[in-house]
Amino acid sequence: MKTYLTASIKLTLVLLVLLAGVYPALVAGIGKLSPGGGGGETVSRNGKVVGFANVGQAFTQDRYFQGRPSAVNYNAAGSAGSNKGPSNPDYLATVQARIDTFLAHNPTVQRDQITAELVTASGSGLDPHLSPQAAYLQVARVAQARNLPEQRVRALVEQQVEAPLLGILGPEKVNVLQLNLALDALK
Amino acid sequence: MSTELLGVLVTYLLTLALAIPLGKYIARVYQGQKTLLDFLAPLERLLYRASGIDPTREMNWKQHLLALLTINLVWFVLAMVLLLTQGNLPLNPDGNPSMSPDLAFNTAISFLVNCNLQHYSGESGLTYFSQLTVITFLQFVSAATGMAAVVVLFNAFKEKSSEKLGNFFRYLVLSCTRILLPLCLVIAAILAFNGTPTSFDGKADIVTLQGDSVQVSRGPAAGMIAIKHLGTNGGGWFGVNSAHPLENPNYLTNMTELVAQVLIPIAMVIAFGVYIRRKKLAWTIFGVMTVGMLLLLVPMLLSETGGSPTLAQLHLLQPTGAMEGKEVRFGPAISAYWSTVTTIISTGSVNAMHDSTMPLSGTMQLLGMFINCFYGGCGVGILNYFIFLIIAVFISGLMVGRTPEFLGKKVEAREMKIATIIALLHPLLILAGTALACFTLTSYPDADWTVKPSAWLNNPGFHGFSEMLYEFTSSAANNGSGFEGLGDNNVFWNVSTGFVLLLGRFLPIIGPVAIAGLLARKRYVPESAGTLRTDTATFGFMTLAVILIIAALAFFPALVLGTLAEYFTIYQ
Repeated sequence: MKTYLTASIKLTLVLLVLLAGVYPALVAGIGKLSPGGGGGETVSRNGKVVGFANVGQAFTQDRYFQGRPSAVNYNAAGSAGSNKGPSNPDYLATVQARIDTFLAHNPTVQRDQITAELVTASGSGLDPHLSPQAAYLQVARVAQARNLPEQRVRALVEQQVEAPLLGILGPEKVNVLQLNLALDALK
Repeated sequence: MSTELLGVLVTYLLTLALAIPLGKYIARVYQGQKTLLDFLAPLERLLYRASGIDPTREMNWKQHLLALLTINLVWFVLAMVLLLTQGNLPLNPDGNPSMSPDLAFNTAISFLVNCNLQHYSGESGLTYFSQLTVITFLQFVSAATGMAAVVVLFNAFKEKSSEKLGNFFRYLVLSCTRILLPLCLVIAAILAFNGTPTSFDGKADIVTLQGDSVQVSRGPAAGMIAIKHLGTNGGGWFGVNSAHPLENPNYLTNMTELVAQVLIPIAMVIAFGVYIRRKKLAWTIFGVMTVGMLLLLVPMLLSETGGSPTLAQLHLLQPTGAMEGKEVRFGPAISAYWSTVTTIISTGSVNAMHDSTMPLSGTMQLLGMFINCFYGGCGVGILNYFIFLIIAVFISGLMVGRTPEFLGKKVEAREMKIATIIALLHPLLILAGTALACFTLTSYPDADWTVKPSAWLNNPGFHGFSEMLYEFTSSAANNGSGFEGLGDNNVFWNVSTGFVLLLGRFLPIIGPVAIAGLLARKRYVPESAGTLRTDTATFGFMTLAVILIIAALAFFPALVLGTLAEYFTIYQ
């Protein structure tokens, strides 16, 4: 073992400089050129930062479209999923309670119209998206809370639907923060 | 075909399209042939000179292992010291504390052995300095260790008979400079331009649209996320790994991370064939691995896109599939593909929470790690496969009444003993570990640890048992994913899995390298009509059967107690 110990220590030190020093510095340099300059892409309104483009936020009022349940209440200081398994009775009771709450706030929606993502926690607790279907379900409530014609709100959601990658890969989705910003901008 | 399934198919085909040329390139690199990146040679000479290494000095298999173990010991000491003192070291904008000794022990080993179990959360458990000097550094060198070890195996079968199997340090350095670093820069650039942070800023304070004050964790994550996948490490920057919207912002980054983690495992098989000039053998191995992957992937895809039966009873619509623990921008289909590859190739990164997947998916995830050689980890995948291959050679040799031979070398009692011990080690570590956990939980539910055993499990019943089984499986397979509901940051889990990690890493490297070294020394027997060919479909099928019988059946009772019992409970 002694034969290789000195060489191992020296090689560790030089590799440390290369892999934990030079490499992250290079990546930070590349990141400087990216949108957001490497600190994460932010979204501003009237010059004030209101969020990160990719990080979901809590919306609890009826006048906003609401994202998915979150195990960390959308506080992005941390992140977590619920880690509840499909056979857990407490978990199923929680989901049932979320369904009831959703129905109470959206009286025009039928029980068997609700899509699962509206009442299940995301993996990160910071999921910024909804499926278009889940956004459309909330149109009537939002329109009523804002005294807007349903048609205009529905059209707004349609505008905000993001197509799959290259039009063919992966799911369609709606960014809830962007949708709500556009909603606030409606006159 | 739906856009979600098409995403899975395109991602896999893209991986293959890149892995084949990469495999040829890797073979050239280790053979010292001309490549496009030869301008890096001065950098490598500098590294050798600074550390007093003569890269041309050849080693035999024992010297290789000695060098490997020595430098790994140095890394372990370095990681322990840094983790125990990180609170007082620079680059700590969020003021995170030093680790407790048992957590530092677990974390240092976990990253040393390419597992990345992570009993902490990145946002609060590590400083940026540790993320770079411990985590990122070990992610590079542990991957390079696996790759250097497999080159020893390549060399053993390249020449007819030889003691000299190349220089370990040379292979380690070349793996870093010629393969991992250049590819990581490309991957990190893709991530950075799609929204993954790269700067050293601490948490951001923001007021959200509806007026809540929240913080957003950040940091120089892109570079680490690149190597975490390329090196099949899997440990995330943020707590929820690649489910986090900054760690994996969109479908494109998701595809990038998926391609990155499967790339080298497939390329290594191709490289093997080119290196020892037996392409047909490499394609046979690739074929068996791919069939194995599909056997796990298809049930997982069906069960995840089919949705949760218990949620269906609540009359919920599940148009894309089971959504608990998943992200909308990925959806269940590609998440099922991710779960499959991350468990067969020992990455252990996740883009959806495995604890919330369907019972059949949990079964497939566990099987992927029990087997641990369908493509397999960076370098070590082939080493694991090699063990099964030797056993298959022996069994089929006996079946047809011929002396077992592999590539012109007689497989004899000594090699078989090693192969059998290594093959049986895996079930021993997993089943004994799980039994110990169950015993502790039932006998000492109130033991005074950070998390009391009675509070370990996040789910009751069969699923709770699966959480413990999964943790030991993930440790023994050096995988790193988890049923993360398990309360694992306490002295029991930190120490017990720490030892399982060590044994599960180094013995399965030592065993195959020793067998290869022993075979390399033997006299070459030219192939004849009486030789059992190992590059045919028949032999491939034989190997698959050996893998399924040894690796899968050994665990069947444990699966019955966990995921299978849960399956039959909820699908009535």
